[in-house]
Amino acid sequence: MVSVCVMRDVRMMGLNISFTDVRFVRISALVAGFGLLAACAGGASGPDGINDPYESTNRSVHEFNRGVDRVLVGPASKGYGGVVPEPVKRVVGNVADTVDLPGDIANNLLQFRLDNAAQNTLRLAVNLTMGVGGLFDASTAIGLPGKPTDFGETLHVWGVGEGIYVEVPLAGPSTARDTTGMVVDLALNPVRLALPDREATAATVLKLFSRLGDRDRFSETVESILYDSADSYAQARLLYLQNRRFQLGQGGGATADGAEDDGFIDPYEDLYAE
Amino acid sequence: MGLVAGLAVLALPRVAAALTVDQARGLVEKTVADINSIISSGKGEGAMLNDFEKLFASYADVPTIARSALGPAARQASKAQLSGFTRAFQGYISRKYGRRFREFIGGRIEVNEARAVKSYYEVVTTAYLRGEAPFEVRFHVSDRAGKSLFFNIIIEGVNMLASERTEIGALLDQRGGDLDRLIADMKSL
Repeated sequence: MVSVCVMRDVRMMGLNISFTDVRFVRISALVAGFGLLAACAGGASGPDGINDPYESTNRSVHEFNRGVDRVLVGPASKGYGGVVPEPVKRVVGNVADTVDLPGDIANNLLQFRLDNAAQNTLRLAVNLTMGVGGLFDASTAIGLPGKPTDFGETLHVWGVGEGIYVEVPLAGPSTARDTTGMVVDLALNPVRLALPDREATAATVLKLFSRLGDRDRFSETVESILYDSADSYAQARLLYLQNRRFQLGQGGGATADGAEDDGFIDPYEDLYAE
Repeated sequence: MGLVAGLAVLALPRVAAALTVDQARGLVEKTVADINSIISSGKGEGAMLNDFEKLFASYADVPTIARSALGPAARQASKAQLSGFTRAFQGYISRKYGRRFREFIGGRIEVNEARAVKSYYEVVTTAYLRGEAPFEVRFHVSDRAGKSLFFNIIIEGVNMLASERTEIGALLDQRGGDLDRLIADMKSL
């Protein structure tokens, strides 16, 4: 398992080399990401499907993230949610989604999911034209919902296991594979690569505001996990892993039966075993 | 005649299974309809939470869910402790999920399909909440308690039983494994 993992690692380094003209920062970020991917040896997960050998480090990061949310992100999202009118928030979200579409399409293609690539391409065209440059989500209105994806999913499609659980500073729950995906998506985002520096920065800022909007919209859920649960670290970890596996199982090659079995707990087993 | 009787006997389990799939679907449909009527009743939050608790008690297999949420500690618990915990758990979970009722205002849940899977029945529904993309909610239903009751809800892969096992486990750890203290504290959680 480890050797397969290393082989994949090496192959992807080749992919990295073809982008040598990309800024040094991006390359070093990528290398750091692929280093993490080397930790993708799967199969070592516990009986509950959780593979978290660095739990104590992760817990410190979680406390840091919780602090950032409490003093910074939470209040900022409330400010943003309370001050900015709903239509403006929607426009910010729509533009941020549209900016993400080229990256989604690139990943759809890498996953050989041509139908999703076609749907996202059509969506991009419709939102740029009828949606006035992405200000409005005209596609969803005509029954063309987005097929959001990421490089973590691409790695999953290529057969890379999820690897160890990690909580990433400022980004939250993730796995070795998904963190690698996040780094690649950030570094090789087609829109940021194509746009001049200032516009690329504007796109990033817009994305951050869109995230604030999400934090505000889902504040009840986020706060119930972070502040109301007895062990917010364990709760966030469970939630992330279950939801991510569900997400990947849906679009991936997993059968419907496999997806069901993942969620099944037999509470009667204990009862009748006695 | 003998052959016909034999065929009828063979066919019986199928009929029974089909009936229970319908019962499972019916249970979820009734649950969803009741949730909607509680939300649109316009009552105060306290009264609504009481209604949610009644609903949970009549449509869910509360003793089994509570026992499963308690995990390994359930084995060491006395009968009195278990029933005390079950009562406390019923109130706790109704308040916990009931408090979020505002998110369901103006939304709806549609039942898509129901089927028998191994020892239980699965009812797949789609939730349409205001301003959110539709998402999948699965109900796991069993009749092992004597009638059709649901014992788990899975929202986009996130499993209520697993989540409550983690939560109750952590609450118990915080109290040094003292179940009686947990039961007493849960009334205010």
